Amino acid sequence: MPTLKVNGRKVTVAEDVYLLEACRAAGVEVPTLCNFDGLEPWGGCRLCVVDMSLAKWDDDWFKMVTACNHPVEEGMTVITDSERVLATRRVVLDLLLARCPETPLIQRLAREHGIEETSYELNPEPTDCILCGLCTRVCDHIGVSAIASTDRGWGREIAPPFNEPPPDCIGCLACAEICPTDHIKFTTSNSCRTIWGREFEMLRDPKTGEAVITKAQAEHFAARSGVPMTYFETSDRSKRLEVAKTVERLRVVKS
Amino acid sequence: MRIESKDQFAAFQAQAREREAGRKKRVLVCCGTGCLATGAREVAEAFAYEIAERGLDVEIGLGVKSTGCHGFCERGPLVVFQPEGLLYTKVQAKRVPEIVEKTILGGEIIPGLLYKNPADNERIPAYEEIPFYKNQVRVAMRNIGRIDPTDLTDAVAHDAYAGLAKALFEMTPDEVLDEVETSGQRGRGGAGFYTARKWRSCKAAPGDRRFVLCNGDEGDPGAFKDRSIMEGDPHSVLEGMIIGAYALGAHDGYIYVRDEYPLAVVNLQAAIVEARKAGLLGENILGSGFDFDIRISRGGGAFVCGESSALMRSLAGKTGEPRAKYVHSTEKGLFDLPTVLNNVETWAGIGAIIHHGGAWFASMGTARSKGTKAFSLVGKVKNTGLIELPMGTTLRHIIYDIGGGVLKDRPFKAVQTGGPSGGCIPENLLDLPVDYERLTEAGSMMGSGGMIVMDDRTCMVDVARYFLAFLTEESCGKCVPCREGLKQMLGIFDALVEGRGRQGDIERIETLAAGMQLGSLCELGKSAPNPVLSTLKYFRSEYEAHIADRACPAGICRDLTAFEIMDDCDGCHVCFKACPTNAIEGTIKELHVIHHDLCISCGACLDVCPTDSIRTFPKIELAVREVV
Repeated sequence: MPTLKVNGRKVTVAEDVYLLEACRAAGVEVPTLCNFDGLEPWGGCRLCVVDMSLAKWDDDWFKMVTACNHPVEEGMTVITDSERVLATRRVVLDLLLARCPETPLIQRLAREHGIEETSYELNPEPTDCILCGLCTRVCDHIGVSAIASTDRGWGREIAPPFNEPPPDCIGCLACAEICPTDHIKFTTSNSCRTIWGREFEMLRDPKTGEAVITKAQAEHFAARSGVPMTYFETSDRSKRLEVAKTVERLRVVKS
Repeated sequence: MRIESKDQFAAFQAQAREREAGRKKRVLVCCGTGCLATGAREVAEAFAYEIAERGLDVEIGLGVKSTGCHGFCERGPLVVFQPEGLLYTKVQAKRVPEIVEKTILGGEIIPGLLYKNPADNERIPAYEEIPFYKNQVRVAMRNIGRIDPTDLTDAVAHDAYAGLAKALFEMTPDEVLDEVETSGQRGRGGAGFYTARKWRSCKAAPGDRRFVLCNGDEGDPGAFKDRSIMEGDPHSVLEGMIIGAYALGAHDGYIYVRDEYPLAVVNLQAAIVEARKAGLLGENILGSGFDFDIRISRGGGAFVCGESSALMRSLAGKTGEPRAKYVHSTEKGLFDLPTVLNNVETWAGIGAIIHHGGAWFASMGTARSKGTKAFSLVGKVKNTGLIELPMGTTLRHIIYDIGGGVLKDRPFKAVQTGGPSGGCIPENLLDLPVDYERLTEAGSMMGSGGMIVMDDRTCMVDVARYFLAFLTEESCGKCVPCREGLKQMLGIFDALVEGRGRQGDIERIETLAAGMQLGSLCELGKSAPNPVLSTLKYFRSEYEAHIADRACPAGICRDLTAFEIMDDCDGCHVCFKACPTNAIEGTIKELHVIHHDLCISCGACLDVCPTDSIRTFPKIELAVREVV
C-alpha cells in the first residue's frame, strides 16, 4: 500500500487507485467536472490538475498531471494548490464560463476561483453542456451507447446518431442524472417518458399504478441479468408497503 | 518465388544486382505525387511508347523506370538519364520524341531542359552537381528516386532487406536492440524519443503479444517526407518494421496511413503483397522461423490521429481521441497491449542502420541528435522540395545553399519549423545547427521536418493566426484548454488582424497560452501556443503595431493595409491587368493610380510590379488624408 504526501499530509491508499482518491483520503478537495466514481477516468475537464513529484525526482521538480487518472506510487509528493495549478484551473474555468455563462455550477466554481466575469468572448449561444463526456460514458458503461460526441473541436456536441431519436436508447435517464449541469432534458408522466426526442412507454406498478421504469429499460436489464420483468415493475413505494405490511403482521403475531 | 533460406536470399540478391548491372541505360521518370500532378505519368508513357516504337529496348537495352519522388518537386516532372546522370526538369510529354531523338540517340543536351542555378544563372547538366542534391546525405530516403517502388527485385538490387537478412541470420533480437541503441537514432515524428529506449520499454512490458505500428498520418501543413518515403520506397518501411518486430518478438504490425495519401496506400499495399510472396513477410520469414505480418489501416482524416494514443484508438475502431499517457503505450497501447509506434522515417532508417551498423549512423549528426533528417523545404524559397541532411546542418546552409535563397531575392524574415506545434525562427538565429535540442531552445521544434521559409512580405501575426485556425479546426475537442482555448485565441487574433485589437491583448494571449501549455491533455494542445509564443518572442513589435497603431508592418493584413503607387512607376500597366477589382487606373507609360474605395488590399499589384513602385501604408492614414 503506497504512502503519499498530499499538501504535506501523509496518506496511505490502495495500490490501484488514482491520485484523486489519495487527495480525498487526505482530506484535500480537488475540483473536477468529468470524474464520477464507477466510471473510468477520462481527463477531459482538466480541472483536477495537481503538481506531482516522484520519490526518485529532485525535490524541486514537479510535473503537472490530472489527479483523476494518474496512478499513485510509493513516496509521491502531491501539491494541489501551487500557483501554476491554480492559474491553470483559473484559465479552464474562465474558458468554461465564456462557454456556459448562465450555468450555475460553472458560475459557482469560477467564483470560488476568484472569477466573477469571464475575460474571454462570451458564447453567442450559451449552453449548459460542458462536454464532460459523463453522459456518453455512462451510456457506454450500461452497454447501450445510444449517444456519442459528434464532430470535433469547437463543433463538438453530444448527440444521438444523425441527430435523430436514438433507436438504441432505453430511456433509463442515466445520462440526465449524471449530467453535472442538468443540460439533458427529459419529461416523465404516468404513461410516458421523453428524452432525446424519443417517447418511451412506462411500466406501472401493478399494485400502486405509478410509473416505475420504461419498458425498454426493463427489457434491457431483464435480458442482460436474467431477472424477471416483474421485478423491475415494482415501485419503491410498493416495496416499502410490502415491508410495512410484513412488520404489521409480525407485530400482530407478537401481541 | 518464395525465399526460404539465407542462401536463397543471397542468390536472389546476386540475381537482382546482376539484372541491375545489365540495365545500364535507363530513363528515370519521377512519379511522386508532385510530378504526377504536372504530368509525369504521361511523360513516362511517352518514353515507353517512343522506346518501343523505335525498338530501342532491344537495340540499346534502354528502359524506362517510374521512380518515387526525386525531391525537387518544384521543377517537376523530373527525368534522369542513366548512366550519364543527366537531369531534365519540367519535362512535358510532347517533348519526349525530341528528347529521344536528340539526347538519347544523338547524345546532345537540350539546354532549355537543364536546371538553371538561380545563383549564377548557369545551367547544370549533372544531377549530382546541382546544389540541391549535392549537399544532401540520404539514409531514410536512400533509394527514393533510384528504384521503382513497385519492383521488389529493383529494391533488393539496391540493398533492400539486406539489413533484415543480417538481423535474422547473424544477430539475436538483443543484438539488434544494441545496434539500434548504438546508432542513437531518435524518433523522426517530432518528439525525438530514443528508438532503442522505446523498444526496450516495450520489450520489458509483461505479456506475450505486442504490436509494431508505423505512423504514416503525416498531417502538418507543408510536410510531405513520410508520403514520399511510403510512395517511393515502401520496402524500406516494411524492412524496418520487420527488423523491429524481430527485436521485440512481435508478430502483428499495422501501418496507419492518412487517407489523403492514395498513392502511398497503393504502393505500400503492392509492396506488402510482393514481400509476402517472396517470403519476406508473413510466416517463417526467409526460412528463419520468425513470423510477422503487416496490415494497412487508413486514417479518417483527423490531424489528431497522428498523436500516438489517438492513432491507437482510431486503429482499434474507436473515436480518434488522445488519452493521458501516464501509462506508456509501450506497456498499454493498441488493444491495451504493449505497442511500439514509430514514424515512417524512423522505420525507413532501421534497415540501413542494421546493414551498415549503428556506429556508421552515429558518426553523422550532433552529440545528442544522430544521423540524418528529412525536411520538406517549402515557402518563399527558390528550390522547394524534399531533402535529407545530417543533423546539425545550419538553417542558413539549408535555406541558402540547398534552397538557393529566398524567392526573388527578397529579404529573409523567418523560417517556420515543426508544423503547427513548432515556431518561427528569425534571421539572427539562421546559424542555428538544426537538431532536436537547439530547435526546442529556440522556441520551435523538429516536428515532422516541415520548413516554411518566409520573406519580408509575411505578417507574423497572420502566420500565427493561420496555424491557430488550422489547429482550431483540428482540435478533437476532448479537453477544455485546447477546445475552448484555441477558439478564444483565434478570436483574439481575428480581432488583431482586423484592426480590433485592444490594449491588454498580448497579456491575455500570454495567460491563455500558459494555461493551454500546462493544462491541455495531449501534445497537440500543449504545443498549440508555440506558433503564437515564438512569433511573440521574436516579433513582438509587429503585435504591438497591430494593436497600438492599427498597422500591419508587413503590409499583409487587408483590413489594416492600403496600397499606393509611387512616382517612379514607369506605366508598364502590369498591375492594371493583375488587379482583380479594377481599382487601378492609368494608361501605358504614365503614372498609375490606385483607387482606395475599390482596392481590396489583396497585394496582387505589389507582387507583379517589376519596378517595386508600389508601397503599402497603414489604412488608418487614409482617414487622416481625407480630413486634410
